[in-house]
Parts: sequence; C-alpha cells; structure tokens
Amino acid sequence: MNAQLLEHGGAEQRHESPAGSSGVGAYARAYVARLRGGELGAVPALVGLVVITAFFAIVHQGFLSAYNLEALVIQAAPIIVMAMGLVFVLLLGEIDLSAGTTGGLCSAITAILILRHGVAWWIAAVAGLAVGMLVGFGTGWLRARIGIPSFVITLATFLAFQGVTLIIVGGQGSVTLPAGSPLIGLENSFLPLWLGWTLLAVFVIGYAALKLADARTARRAGLPGTPYAVIAVKVAVVAALGAAFTFEMGVNRNVTTNAFFTNKAQGMPWVVVLLVVLFAVWHLVLSRTRYGRHVYAVGGNEEASRRAGVVVSRIRISVFVICSGMAAVSGVVAASLLQSVQSNAGAGNTLLLAVGAAVIGGTSLFGGRGRVIDAVLGGLVVAVIINGMSDLIQGANSAGYEWVVTGAVLLLAAGFDAVVRRARR
Amino acid sequence: MTTVPTLELRGVDKAFGPVQALSSVNLVAKAGEVTALVGDNGAGKSTLVKCIGGIHRIDAGELLFDGTAHSVGEPRDAARLGVEIVHQDLALCDNLDVVGNMFLGREHLTRLHTLDENSMETLARQALDSLSVTTIRSARQLVASLSGGQRQTVAIAKAVLWQSKIVILDEPTAALGVAQTAQVLDLVRRLAEQGVAVILVSHNMNDVLRVADSIAVLFLGRTAAQVRRAEVTQTQVVELITTGRSGALGLSPTQAGATL
Repeated sequence: MNAQLLEHGGAEQRHESPAGSSGVGAYARAYVARLRGGELGAVPALVGLVVITAFFAIVHQGFLSAYNLEALVIQAAPIIVMAMGLVFVLLLGEIDLSAGTTGGLCSAITAILILRHGVAWWIAAVAGLAVGMLVGFGTGWLRARIGIPSFVITLATFLAFQGVTLIIVGGQGSVTLPAGSPLIGLENSFLPLWLGWTLLAVFVIGYAALKLADARTARRAGLPGTPYAVIAVKVAVVAALGAAFTFEMGVNRNVTTNAFFTNKAQGMPWVVVLLVVLFAVWHLVLSRTRYGRHVYAVGGNEEASRRAGVVVSRIRISVFVICSGMAAVSGVVAASLLQSVQSNAGAGNTLLLAVGAAVIGGTSLFGGRGRVIDAVLGGLVVAVIINGMSDLIQGANSAGYEWVVTGAVLLLAAGFDAVVRRARR
Repeated sequence: MTTVPTLELRGVDKAFGPVQALSSVNLVAKAGEVTALVGDNGAGKSTLVKCIGGIHRIDAGELLFDGTAHSVGEPRDAARLGVEIVHQDLALCDNLDVVGNMFLGREHLTRLHTLDENSMETLARQALDSLSVTTIRSARQLVASLSGGQRQTVAIAKAVLWQSKIVILDEPTAALGVAQTAQVLDLVRRLAEQGVAVILVSHNMNDVLRVADSIAVLFLGRTAAQVRRAEVTQTQVVELITTGRSGALGLSPTQAGATL
C-alpha cells in the first residue's frame, strides 16, 4: 500500500500547495468555508469560555488568582472526565442518564474496599473501574440486543444505583477516605514544579511532532498537508497557554494553613495529568483509529454503517462500556475532591452538568458530531459559571441563581446545536 | 462478439409465502454495458435486486457470475463476487467526509494501526478522477455539504474504488434535477466504459433510453423480454411494461393473461 502511495506521489504534484503564504491562505479559506458550512468545531465553546471568564475576571477581583484557578480545575475535573465518556454515547445519539450514579456507586465500592476490607488503593480503584465497565456492558447489551431505549434503561439504573450506593455506604451517610491516601492526593496534592514543566514540555513536543509528522507524510503522498506556519501557530498557542497555566500553578497558594496541608501549596494538581492523559488517549482513539471512525459512522447513519460491514451492536455496546468506565473514574475523582464518598454520591446534578459540558462544548445530542475536546472546554465553561456565580452572588439564594444560569447556558447550547444541525441539512 | 455475461440469471423464482414475487426470471448483464431493469410498481424489480445482492435467497433458478453458478445467501457473498448496490437512499454518512464514506468498513491502516488518511485520500481522488468527476472539489468535504448529484457521484465512485464487477444503481436519478440527472447519466456511461456491468433500475423512460445498451422488462414477476436498446422504440418498451407484450416481443398472450 505504501509503495503504491509513493508511486502516485509524483503524479499528484499539482495538488501540492506552493510553500509559504498561499498555502496558509488556502488553509484559511478552507477553514472559513468549513465554519460557514456549520462545522464550527471548538469555536463557540472557546468564545464562550473566554467571554464568561473575562466577565467574571472583571466583576470579581480574585477570579483569575492562582488559588481560584486551582479550585476551578479541581471542580471541573470530575465533570470533564464524565463528559469525555458521555461524548462517546452522545456520538451514537444515545444517552446515559445513569453515568452520575454509576460513578457514585463505583467510588463507593472503591472506598468500602479500602476502608472495610483493607484492599490496596489501586486495586480498589481498578475494581471500581471494572464494576463501571461491567455496568456499561449491561446497559449496552440491553440497548443493542434487547432493544430497550437507552433513556429508559439508564433512567432505571440511575434510580437503582442510587439505592445501591445508599445501601453500601450505610447509615452514617458518608465514608471518609483515609487521610494521606493517594486517591485524596489526586485532587489535593500537587506536582513538583520541575515535573510540571517537564510534562508540559513532553506534551508540547509530542503535539508538535505529531502535527509535523502528519504534514510531512501528507506532502510525501502529494496531498496538501497543514501549512508549517499554521502548525507553528497552533504549537505556539498550546505552549503559551500551557506555560501560563503551569506558571500560575507554580505560585504558592497556601495563604492560610488548613487542617489537611500545612506545607506549601504550589504546582498543578495531579488530576491535571490524569485529564491530559485521558484526553490524549480518547482523542487519538476517536480521530485516528478504525474504531473511532466507526463510532462516527454509526452515529451518522446506522444503516449505511451496517451495509458497509460495521458491526453496529458491538460499537453500541462499546460506547456504553467507555462511558460507564469513565463515569467510574469521574466518581473516584469526585471522591478525591470531597475526600469522602457520600451516600448520595453522583446523584442530583452530577450527570446533568456533565451532559451540559459535552453539549456546551459542541457535541450534538442527535448523534454523529462531537469530539473529546468538547468535554474539556464545556467542562471548563460549566466550572467557570459555577465558580464565578458562587463568588458573585452571596446570600441564601446563591445556589438557586447558580442553577438557573447553568440551566440557561445548557438550553442555549442545545438550541445552538439544533440550529446548526438544521442549517447543515 | 459473444462473451460470457458477467451476470446471468436463469429461471429465478422467489416467493414470499403465498405471493410469487418472481417466477422464472431471466436476465443477462454484460461487462461494459448498461443493462436497464424496468417494470411497473410491483413488477419485482426491488425483489430481484435484493436477490442479486444476497438480501433474499432465491427459491429456484441459478445466479451465474462469469458463467459459474454461485449461491448468494447473504450480502457478504454478493460483495465477494463483486456486486455493489447503490441504494436509492444512498447509505452515506453525512458526518463523514467523502474519503471516509468511500472507505467505510474497509479503512486502510498504517503500520501503527491508525487510519492511513493519505493513502485513502489519494485512492479516493483517483477513483473520482477516473470517472472524470469535476463536481467534487475536495475529497475532504463532508458529505452533508454535497448536493444529491454529488452524493450519487460519491456512491458510484465507491463502486469504482472497490473494483466492483457488477454495479446495481437503484433509481439513481429519482431525486435529481435536470442538470444533475445528465451528470449522473454521464457517470453511469463512464462506469460502464471501465468494463463494469451496470444494472440501472429506473422508472424514468428518458433515462433508460438514453444510457441503456440493453433493456430488461419485468411484468408481474416475469421477464417480459430483454431487448437491445437499438432495436426498440419507446412505445414498445412502454407496452412491454404495461401489458407484458408488444407485437412479437414479450410474453405470449396466454402467459400475459394468466398472470393477471
């Protein structure tokens, strides 16, 4: 296949864009054409994120302080992780209403294994993850083989798992994770500064290498790859944002000592590493593997995929496994944030915030459109709103306003989704 | 020149319970020719296409591919024998680009088991170029942004890409305007010129008379006649479709009457 590819390279020279500005021009024109065609990608979420961040930064002095930035990130983490899993389910036009309570159940199992059975933390975490994946397999099987709508299955499990968590956690209402457990450290302890900078460098170099390799192989095949200037800009932006974040997270935030940490609080939380790894893995799976292509295909046109030889039921089951597995991870991250598992873990607005994050990020509820980055951007938007509103509105009704604004943003995003979808038809 | 037909149906029967959908249907499709399959609603065109495509199993008769009888029990058998059916509803994924659709289910992978987008794009472009397609500018366009004619083009180019020997087009122009219909018919001709046996299922007499080399007429589940395009007039074809016979052509009066 590669030999064939090289052979045709010569004949297709005409496709090769001349180096320099005209290549960039063509790239820019193609990008604008895509935007006009309704492929907005990450643009609305990015604009939204910048606008609301700017708004809160103006009305609230300390909003962009290192202290608040850390709070934002660790608040957003469980939402983002769950939303990443939901993107897969939403891509197929399905829904998993039970992701929140599944996460709660898995974190309860993890906590109970550690506390009452003396299991090592990582074995307990893997057990929680395994339970999550099993739950997802069950949901997917019921959907794909029995044909029950996912809305109904997951509504049932949403209720049932809430009960199971309540039973497992028992009468005292919550299980506190042992102090000093690495699971608590995930959200509450920080990378050494040198490690933060090293990982940033690894990430940026990896990103640049991937983009350059793409462009080079495309040119070798006689296709117009992304212009080097565009790659340089993208890499520079990623590096600059990463460096700004890493720098800000390097500031010592420990102005008052608290009960848990008396040492300096500087460096980024460990959960950031988890987020970046999960993002990179799922992004590559969706955009560069046959499996990912088939997920999009089934979401776009199930019948066409079946005729093309895609085993639709297998794809359908797999997305529920991924979603519930990610829900389990999210549950453990949430437990780390709270340093405990409540008997109502994962209930309430957990799932809605995660679905909201995915949709705000640009994932369609109708299936076929969505990316992992949507979960990250949408999760940040949701966290910024919650965090900013709680600072902005004090008093007895603050929680109420927070809910109203989050709901309004979700409705706006879903409406935007529907309008874009209609425009594309 | 007499060559072995790429596809030949001999005495094909198919019944759904008490309903005899096809009875001893004969059909010949030769490489490099467009064979039109016409008939009124309910004449059995769709059933016949599904039998060739392996969606229905035939009750009796033979399917000969290049002169050899094969049993076609499922769509995969048909695909292996080089049959590609371009359905009326097209079966394309709106959210994938042209390349993604053409390679769906048969993606090329690199050594690292990631998608080999470059090789797929190059081959897709070649398939489009071989059909002299000028209407699709970028193989990286999303199918959602394509017109009906362009979508039809992608579906046909897919058949070229996979070197199908028999391409069945189910009502390819039904939803198209005048200009796009002309483009698609041109494409159908060029597809046949590449040595493919094209079977064109159509209601549109103008289309059929314009591109077909051979016309097979189904009448109430029977083959009324298969005639050369050059040897018949539109009136004769219409008579064959509506009554099963036209002068000396078609079913005998008793046969035509008996089935009624």
